[in-house]
Amino acid sequence: MGYGPADMDAISEHTLPRLSHATLDVRSALRPAQRHALAWRDIAGGLGLWRLGVTLGWLDIKLKYRGSVLGPFWLTISTGVMVAAIGGVYGTLFHMALKSYLPFLALSLVLWNVIGGLVSEACTTFTQSDGMIRSVRMPFFVHALRVVVRTIISFLHNLPVIVVTFAIFGVSPGWVCLQSLFGFAVWTVDAFAACFLLGALCARFRDIPPIVGSVMQIAFYITPIVWRADQLGSKGWWLPLNPFDSLLEIVRQPMLGEVASVEVWTLSLVVSAVFCAVAWFVFARVRARLAYWM
Amino acid sequence: MARISIENVSVDFPLYHGSARSLKKTVLAAASGRLGEDQRQRVVVEALRNIEIHLQTGDRLGLIGTNGAGKTTLLRTIAGIYEPVHGRVLVEGGLNALLDPQLGMNMDLTGRENIMLRGLYNGYSKQQIRLLEQDVQDFAELGEFLDLPVRFYSSGMVVRLGFGLATAIRPEVLLMDEWFMAGDASFVAKAHTRLESIVRGADILVLSSHITSAVLQWCTRVIWMDHGRIKMDGNAQDVVDCYLGTPTLAPALT
Repeated sequence: MGYGPADMDAISEHTLPRLSHATLDVRSALRPAQRHALAWRDIAGGLGLWRLGVTLGWLDIKLKYRGSVLGPFWLTISTGVMVAAIGGVYGTLFHMALKSYLPFLALSLVLWNVIGGLVSEACTTFTQSDGMIRSVRMPFFVHALRVVVRTIISFLHNLPVIVVTFAIFGVSPGWVCLQSLFGFAVWTVDAFAACFLLGALCARFRDIPPIVGSVMQIAFYITPIVWRADQLGSKGWWLPLNPFDSLLEIVRQPMLGEVASVEVWTLSLVVSAVFCAVAWFVFARVRARLAYWM
Repeated sequence: MARISIENVSVDFPLYHGSARSLKKTVLAAASGRLGEDQRQRVVVEALRNIEIHLQTGDRLGLIGTNGAGKTTLLRTIAGIYEPVHGRVLVEGGLNALLDPQLGMNMDLTGRENIMLRGLYNGYSKQQIRLLEQDVQDFAELGEFLDLPVRFYSSGMVVRLGFGLATAIRPEVLLMDEWFMAGDASFVAKAHTRLESIVRGADILVLSSHITSAVLQWCTRVIWMDHGRIKMDGNAQDVVDCYLGTPTLAPALT
């Protein structure tokens, strides 16, 4: 050899370091315990590469709006227009005072955009990165992080719609709105679970994204978003069966200035725990096969 | 000390065509208790079979064989992209796999953004990413194109960027597919020094190529792959001679 690694490292002050100190150990025919350990390692490795995941998500947004004057603020505008339109139509239909209905609607729609947007993008978590998955070994968590970051950036661009509507109608939730941060924390964990679960299922079965699409369409109508739960009265007994309802409430109620009830919290935590467990088992089971499905 | 240890590795590719990807078929099969049978009947391509290779610092291995012999799949398996169905792959040492010219580059992003992503993937700091950028820029000579999306590049520029980026990162274990040997003459001449330096700097080289002259130039040991199996393993010259079917020791035709 011309010059050994030691010489190269000596001049590393102004050159790039040599890739070193890495170990790759891949085995087949794993016992379940080993599979779970590897799934953990995937997440830990992905957290270590968080700068990559965040940059990928950020570049996705930047790319989508490259060449557009308003950029991602088109999101803000389209949500604003949607709130005004739906608010006008349903406010009249339901004979509701716009003063209390519009803030509720703006908040609900923006929050539902987060859930609906995340679920549909979770389906392409892995398939959209197929080129990357086939060319380098990378923790799958990075791809999930990319989707979650994208969703958070979209949400932040929609936030002004809520703020403006609240300001116009003089709604002030007070300090209790900080409680919604706990709700957002639960959402974040669920979002990663959704990326793992739907991303893996949709990579294997290409039928799933359209199914997910129509399920979410139905969910939009059977969840109190454009209508309020109290409008159902005694006919609303089935609402707790809709997991989206309680998940929405843990964020929405504090932002409207009310404390989310223990019942709602319990329900959403149980739903999230079951969902995360399912996602975890599926991911641990199929992680090693994902590259083959691209 | 770098080390590669491939123990009895087999890789199967499931062929998902039409019905195998269908959720309906799978659900119906599961409902009628035929899931197990369905899985056994699934069409698979046996890409690698019982591969056993052990390499250590200083080894330069060439992989030869016809198209579809499993060379690229073997490289991807060593890189940890495909996890084997049987066996174990152990790689000790920082690994860089130069598998295809695009190397997962996003064609919609600019050259600079693609360089940044590669730097982040390798865990580089801001300062180091700037060094990487400078290094690639010096080699690829893209000028102002560096800030344009890669899809606007000429094919030559894409190759220069991909090559410059891939070879800017010096690994301990270098896996290389044959496209690195391709390219027009002027590019090859320019790339040669750079390639030579990264190859010499690597503790272990695994090179897959059709071009036997390239294999003979870089490698000391050669494995001849055929239908996913190792057909012959040994001294570079011997294996290449057998592969070409013309032993150099035999009297030359006149």
